[in-house]
Amino acid sequence: MSERRLPPVTQVGMLSLALIVAAVIYMSAHLPQHVALGPAIALLSASALLLAGVVLALFRTAGFAWARFVEVARWALLAYALIAAMIEFVFLRNNTSGGPLIVLTLCLLVFALTVPVLIAFTVARYADPA
Amino acid sequence: MASATVPSHAVAPGVSPPAIERPDFEIVPRRGLPIVAFVLVLLIVGISVNKIWPLMFLHVVGGAAWTVIDLFLGFVLGPIMGKLSIPARVEFTTRLMPKMVLIMPTVVTVTLAAGWQLSTHLGTNQTSYALHGWVVASFIVVGVMSVIALGLLEPANIAVLTELKKPQPNPAVIERLMKRFIYTAGATGLMQVATFVIMTKLATG
Repeated sequence: MSERRLPPVTQVGMLSLALIVAAVIYMSAHLPQHVALGPAIALLSASALLLAGVVLALFRTAGFAWARFVEVARWALLAYALIAAMIEFVFLRNNTSGGPLIVLTLCLLVFALTVPVLIAFTVARYADPA
Repeated sequence: MASATVPSHAVAPGVSPPAIERPDFEIVPRRGLPIVAFVLVLLIVGISVNKIWPLMFLHVVGGAAWTVIDLFLGFVLGPIMGKLSIPARVEFTTRLMPKMVLIMPTVVTVTLAAGWQLSTHLGTNQTSYALHGWVVASFIVVGVMSVIALGLLEPANIAVLTELKKPQPNPAVIERLMKRFIYTAGATGLMQVATFVIMTKLATG
């Protein structure tokens, strides 16, 4: 099996996912009571930066099967946006508002982007670039 | 039934590998989408009405399906799949995995969303709740399982099916991804034992 040299998208993507899940767990462990947003914002920022960094690194990789990546990512994005929306709905239903709602929404946004990137990368890495 | 062939093992360039027939299949079975939509509508209704019985029903049924599927896949089907011949494994994979693409995300979403609403309704997600530590432990277990399932298992599942859709799938890629799928299914199956411990503790107080 021929392997192109690719950035560690799966490893970094999983770390990004772990950080965002940690942020949501931290928020969920305190809600509906008052929650200090600092740790969640730090985890969210680190997760978003990792995701952006690895996607940027992938953009700079020659010979990557982008057409396949986009084809898979858009359907996965649709599915995971729906899942994120369902989770957001539960928090909205329970009157989560203000800062916690904004941070949770951003966490779910990063979640809904990270999973499609992981799925699309795993498919596209074995596809022909043409 | 066959619409394409899969080489039975990796071969040297220029040598035609013996071909294996594989069934035609959809990566995402469209016939299952209305069922998923129906379940998600049930979830929205259950959360909206905010009554204990529908929330308990959705959380328990979803959670039971999630744990049982993970355990069965990780400890029963996984080892069996590993020992099957390549043609049998290909046929089994093309029949099982497209269903998993729809079942698992739906079951997980229903369990988590209904579970959060239920815990809000019962007050078990309040920090003042006596077993709040156990509730947070369940969040952590689910979080770790989610990272494994979403980061490794689900991408491997989709990638295997995409590879099998190619006119000439690469058996080495399928082998590698199937191993990843089976090992991660085993890992999440093992973590489901922790879920059982926590949930029975929460149920009995």
